[in-house]
Amino acid sequence: MADVIWTTLKLASLTTVLLLVLATPLAWWLARQKVWWKEIIAAVAALPIVLPPTVLGFYLLLLLAPSSPLMELLQPFGIQSLAFTFPGLLIGSMVYSLPFAVQPIRNGFEAMGDRPMEVAATLRATPLNAFFTVAVPQARRGFLTAAVLVFAHTVGEFGVVLMIGGGVPGQTEVISVKLYQLVESLQFGEAHRLAAGLLIFSFVVLLTMFLTERRARKTAP
Amino acid sequence: MKPLGVLARLSGLIAVVCALNVAPAAAATVQIAVASNFMEPAKEIAAAFSAKTGHQTNLSFGPTGQIYVQISHGAPFEVFLSADKERPQQAEKDGFSVDDTRFTYAVGRLVLYSTRPGFVDAHGKVLAREDLEHLAIADPTIAPYGLAAVESLGKLGLYDRLKPKIVQGSSIAQTFQFVQTGAAEVGFVALSQVINRPDGSRWIVPAKFHSPIDQQAVLLKTGANNPAAKAFMAFLKSPTARAIIRRYGYETP
Repeated sequence: MADVIWTTLKLASLTTVLLLVLATPLAWWLARQKVWWKEIIAAVAALPIVLPPTVLGFYLLLLLAPSSPLMELLQPFGIQSLAFTFPGLLIGSMVYSLPFAVQPIRNGFEAMGDRPMEVAATLRATPLNAFFTVAVPQARRGFLTAAVLVFAHTVGEFGVVLMIGGGVPGQTEVISVKLYQLVESLQFGEAHRLAAGLLIFSFVVLLTMFLTERRARKTAP
Repeated sequence: MKPLGVLARLSGLIAVVCALNVAPAAAATVQIAVASNFMEPAKEIAAAFSAKTGHQTNLSFGPTGQIYVQISHGAPFEVFLSADKERPQQAEKDGFSVDDTRFTYAVGRLVLYSTRPGFVDAHGKVLAREDLEHLAIADPTIAPYGLAAVESLGKLGLYDRLKPKIVQGSSIAQTFQFVQTGAAEVGFVALSQVINRPDGSRWIVPAKFHSPIDQQAVLLKTGANNPAAKAFMAFLKSPTARAIIRRYGYETP
């Protein structure tokens, strides 16, 4: 059981960190660009919210299987297949949670408006410099929301894991599928413990987020 | 649109659908819960049943475990076609079913299958290949086919060696998906899943390699006084139904 919890936490933490790094430039671009077709990109990035996880998982399974075009590209690097592996699951989780990272960060950047960046520019800050010293701190609540949502969403992720995981202990066996397995095999006692743990965990995460937001709002300039 | 408006429309729609479903006065309707893996034959059997008796059927499909959880929480199913024998036994023990109505309606056969032609040989020797990357099986703690796969591997003396290569699907349907997409080169699936697929390569595992994959049916207490439910249970044992079941890759007792 400790094994399963450890894999879940590792997956959720790595997904959160990598996704924040990846989503920030995308969110920035979406927030600052004025062209209309950016909304096409925004819609594509938001698709995982609407698609059933099983659909997403099915496409990911096709994509990560040895015969897929992606795997053929990766073959020179010694990668045959990513299905049923931890890196494969990590990719799946990142795709699945992408909108939960992009949307809050984009909102944070948009709420800031153009003014702070213009002021920074008149003070001779380079765009990159201004981005890190002005934009990121301004959008910190967006980042916090994104991090919490992605982490919690990954812990609770089920459909995608079910489709591309294969329940390999220590690699792809995570809490949500373990819970499903316990319920299906009528081991309600252990299922109860795990479910209660997950419930308390989710509550604590959300409560922490709301309290932090409250404090951030009070101290905001 | 206001949420209440949606609700009102929905309930209107539901009323219409219910009205359409009302059966002719003489015939009754039976609510049947069917394990997902038996969906196709169940539809065909239900059609034959209606044609012969005039009774109507309402089929619900789902994973056996979920159906059972629903039954134990008051779902209005009258007949339960399970994918295993454990859940019907449990229903009997927990008092949800009518005594002495449980019987095996189909026996599943296990197949080692690959989408690659010529990959699986007639004796399953492919399992001993060093370069085999993934062997897909259904989760043995949940699915009877998974348990049968583990037993067969034990019989072949290959379980310990192949253990690191095993990937588990949560159901036999998902296991088949792993194999079908090529994510796993080979997997233990149900004969019923591949019987209509001439492609790929396969080895039908001898039945004596594993304990029988019995699929049992049971009449639930909710259907004890429904003539259609009793008639369906009888029809399931008829030569017509048995012929349909065998055509889909099951054996009949």
